Amino acid sequence: MTTLTREETESLIQEVLEVYPEKARKDRAKHLAVNDQSIEQSKKCITSNRKSQPGVMTIRGCAYAGSRGVVWGPVKDMIHISHGPVGCGQYSRGGRRNYYVGATGVNTFSEINFTSDFQEKDIVFGGDKKLAKLIQEIEQLFPLNKGISVQSECPIGLIGDDIEAVSKKAGKELNKIVVPVRCEGFRGVSQSLGHHIANDAIRDWVLSNRDGQEFESTPYDVTIIGDYNIGGDAWASRIFLEEMGLRVIAQWSGDGTVAEMENTPKAKLNLLHCYRSMNYISRHMEEKYGIPWMEYNFFGPTKIEESLRRIAAFFDDSIKEGAERVIARYKPMMEAVIAKYKPRLQGKKVMLYVGGLRPRHVIGAYEDLGMEVVGTGYEFAHNDDYDRTIKEMGNATLLYDDVTGFELEEFVKRVKPDLVGSGIKEKYIFQKMGIPFRQMHSWDYSGPYHGYDGFAIFARDMDMTLNNPCWGQQTPPWKKGAAAGDEVKAAA
Amino acid sequence: MANIMIRKTAEGGLSFYLPKRDLEDGIVSIEFDQADKWGGELRLANGGTYYVDPLDAPPKLPISLRAKRVDAPE
Ligand code: SF4
Repeated sequence: MTTLTREETESLIQEVLEVYPEKARKDRAKHLAVNDQSIEQSKKCITSNRKSQPGVMTIRGCAYAGSRGVVWGPVKDMIHISHGPVGCGQYSRGGRRNYYVGATGVNTFSEINFTSDFQEKDIVFGGDKKLAKLIQEIEQLFPLNKGISVQSECPIGLIGDDIEAVSKKAGKELNKIVVPVRCEGFRGVSQSLGHHIANDAIRDWVLSNRDGQEFESTPYDVTIIGDYNIGGDAWASRIFLEEMGLRVIAQWSGDGTVAEMENTPKAKLNLLHCYRSMNYISRHMEEKYGIPWMEYNFFGPTKIEESLRRIAAFFDDSIKEGAERVIARYKPMMEAVIAKYKPRLQGKKVMLYVGGLRPRHVIGAYEDLGMEVVGTGYEFAHNDDYDRTIKEMGNATLLYDDVTGFELEEFVKRVKPDLVGSGIKEKYIFQKMGIPFRQMHSWDYSGPYHGYDGFAIFARDMDMTLNNPCWGQQTPPWKKGAAAGDEVKAAA
Repeated sequence: MANIMIRKTAEGGLSFYLPKRDLEDGIVSIEFDQADKWGGELRLANGGTYYVDPLDAPPKLPISLRAKRVDAPE
């Protein structure tokens, strides 16, 4: 690992940019920056939420992925139809390991792929009839579903099908919610707009359904919004919120249900985990129902404590005491985790490239283990995300927005981090380069990483990856020096 | 004219949100902030300026309003 100075980092960016033709270079230059904590406005140093350059390898998804895959998909007791050709749906069914309880195929459906499987004739003559038929079929086969959402893929918008009319009619007939979502993949520059569209659909079709209905509330009702329960994350957060005296009345969309979504407006405080994908609905509830909301961070004990105290500040003393009680209770456990793993991980450098909130939220967890994040970036962030990231990152570290495959590889080659945390598309490249890698979208088939329980698992996983003996076995025996060769002979 | 939303931030300032473009920014100054008049020109931290028709009293925040773009940095 080499520590780069500001000048070196700047020249590294210039060097990497050199391969591009002039126009592309100019554009990409705006998305790469050296962090400077004194900057208040990320806008001054980094541009985000812009269309990707043609010809480069971007890692972004589409609006449909943001709606079907991220926001709606994990709502477990609804059936989400991938409306259009079969291909898009393949990547969006349960692949993010949004855990849930229920009998799949009976009363929960997150892992099943439902698609209208458009054929040529549907494109030519329109698919509205097919959709209506499909909804009937779903109702016959899976009568315990609590609602249906129609997630439009690109062709739906292109041929001008009226999914709203079909949905409205079907909703009346079935007496269930049938939600049309206009999340065609061509909208917007990344999955980010899909989140927004999905939030708007929740606002228009779900949220107000129980307005005016009786609800037995307590002064301590909160919700967890925007936790997708990857590997059980939301559960690991929920238990200690309840332990401090709060009542979690809804949790979505990870392990979420229609009833919980409809009950959300009854809460006293909305706790927002993924700001990027669910701030829209929280804003709406703040305006319409007067429910305050706050973004929290449950990665690593330092940030958890900070967040718990901020959450408690919204409530009376009993909750404030509760927060302190929880903090005190878990402290020894966290100290034990840190005592065990910090010596093994101390001083190691990490580079991240993930989505929604993790590029900034996990920094604290790494720091708790004595590690340092030297580069970070988002696939689909907006300026306000970078505003908050700048403060979390050290000076002269690298920031990259919508980084291309080439740039990320070059950065890693030069910065030589001890660990890279990114997605499945990057995983094998870096492992083949001999660099320890963690898949930070779905926790590499592990998790949960949120909360106190999650931190113990996080620490173990980082240690397991970084200190894995395989990294010392990369030179084959015949390329090792003579001394090593003798050893092999002796062993044989 | 575009729909915007103004809310109070945790730090006590005002923040501006333009849903159509997902633009989020702090408001550095507001032309009228009196008991009987609220609104007018909003200056954003990014350098842009928007105009909302002044209201007769400071509203309950957050509030959605129609705003006119006077000047935007991009
Ligand atoms: S961009 Fe369109 S065609 Fe491609 S996956 Fe997204 S919805 Fe499907």
